[in-house]
Amino acid sequence: MVRFDDVWLKYHRPGHTGDSGTSDVLRGVTFEIPEGGFRWLTGPSGAGKTSLLKLIYLAQHPSKGRIDILGTNAARISRHDASLLRRRIGVVYQDFRLLEHLTAYDNVALPMRLARHSEAQIRADVTEILNWVGLADRQERRPAELSGGEQQRVAIARAVVARPKLLVADEPTGNLDDEQAQRLMMLILALNRLGTTVIIATHNLDLVSRYPNTRFDIRQGRLTLHV
Amino acid sequence: MSRRADLLGLRFSLTDRLLPMLVGAMSFLAALAIAGTLATTSLARQWQGQAAAAMTVQILSPNAPSTNATLTRLAAVQLALSTAPNVSNPQLMSTADLNTLLAPWLGGDVAQLALPVPAVITANWQGATPPDALTAALDALAPGTLVQTGAAWAARVAALTASLEACAASILVIVALVASAVVAVATRAGLAQRREAIEIIHGLGAQDEDIASSYATHTTLLTLTGGILGTLLALPVLFWLSALVAPFSGQLPGATVPTLPLPLWIALPTLPLAAALIGWGTAQFTVRGWLRSLV
Repeated sequence: MVRFDDVWLKYHRPGHTGDSGTSDVLRGVTFEIPEGGFRWLTGPSGAGKTSLLKLIYLAQHPSKGRIDILGTNAARISRHDASLLRRRIGVVYQDFRLLEHLTAYDNVALPMRLARHSEAQIRADVTEILNWVGLADRQERRPAELSGGEQQRVAIARAVVARPKLLVADEPTGNLDDEQAQRLMMLILALNRLGTTVIIATHNLDLVSRYPNTRFDIRQGRLTLHV
Repeated sequence: MSRRADLLGLRFSLTDRLLPMLVGAMSFLAALAIAGTLATTSLARQWQGQAAAAMTVQILSPNAPSTNATLTRLAAVQLALSTAPNVSNPQLMSTADLNTLLAPWLGGDVAQLALPVPAVITANWQGATPPDALTAALDALAPGTLVQTGAAWAARVAALTASLEACAASILVIVALVASAVVAVATRAGLAQRREAIEIIHGLGAQDEDIASSYATHTTLLTLTGGILGTLLALPVLFWLSALVAPFSGQLPGATVPTLPLPLWIALPTLPLAAALIGWGTAQFTVRGWLRSLV
């Protein structure tokens, strides 16, 4: 379950002080996504989609308001517990954020290694997910040796390999062809059916229309709901 | 496929090459400082013992009769010294030795100058306190007899030793502080370089202690390597210095194989361990502090 209650996010503008020195990225955002729910997040560039996702995957603190992630108040969590909570959240970053010195296999294995799974378990799960995203024959390549679409698939595989309770994706199909995008949506929907809460930010309204679900639209920091 | 090792890609940090060299230089200096401390302490102890034990007795008009009238002053004093407690090895200085001793002031042969030169007896004084009673007894036998010990010189040598030891200890502390600063700067440079990787790992749920431990383990290996290299490089210099001070330290002059004292052999292996400990502690402290800047 993800719940935002009157959440504000302000950024300080360099060289400005007082109220004129801040800009509101999110303005009193309130919503709730039940456990196992699926939400699209749409809106123009700069509307606050990525900032909202950062709050969900605990990469940022709100300026005001309360956020509950998987039943935990994000403002009152210790650093240790925040790390443990992050392990239950799968994130697909817009810029992939792969580790350049690791192979595709090792990038995908990262969340499981951090959670101290056995190597046998890691091998089985990573091989399975790399097969699913069509990268079984590319698992020894480093990110620099992969195309943009392949890197995106590695990023998606890394986000879902540990079967997260919450999946947050920022433009997950932006670099994929139509066939690959549909294949990955099938994977995400399968996870969702197994109980993973999903929130996907996208510009692609065609994709949204093909997989109809509740949609949050964000404009100038304010959220509206489209059922 | 790599497994758990080096998830942060620390081996790509440029400081990996620089840090062992800098720590090696610090260990080299520390080895010299420790050797200097031990050598100073050892030599000073030796010198203090010799200086404090040395006693000279000057007898004026040595051939004049002593107060007991049966012996000359010199013979009476020699007899008294041979039976006095805490006095050992009394030796009358020969005329040749006296000539050598006085030549810088009087020149030539003192016997030809017809000066009233006193007789001088050297001996070892093993008493814990100044020989005041002995002085009084000898003065009673041969008026004007002077007794001198090296206690004053020993006190000065002790003060000099203490100050040299303090200097060496200060150098060791400064070397340790500089080594810590070097490790902290190198760690911060490495953190800046690997910031993105750390943020990704942190975002995936790595604990602060996991990241700090990775850095600390890596830094410990680098500083241990530097410490070993620096200590090994210091050995030839220490052997060379040992050969130089051999005449003063009791080693046989011209010995073909100079040796190092046992305390130094015990102290040197602790240098790489100390470097590793400094590396581990500084890296843990620096990384944990830096991670606080992440949400």
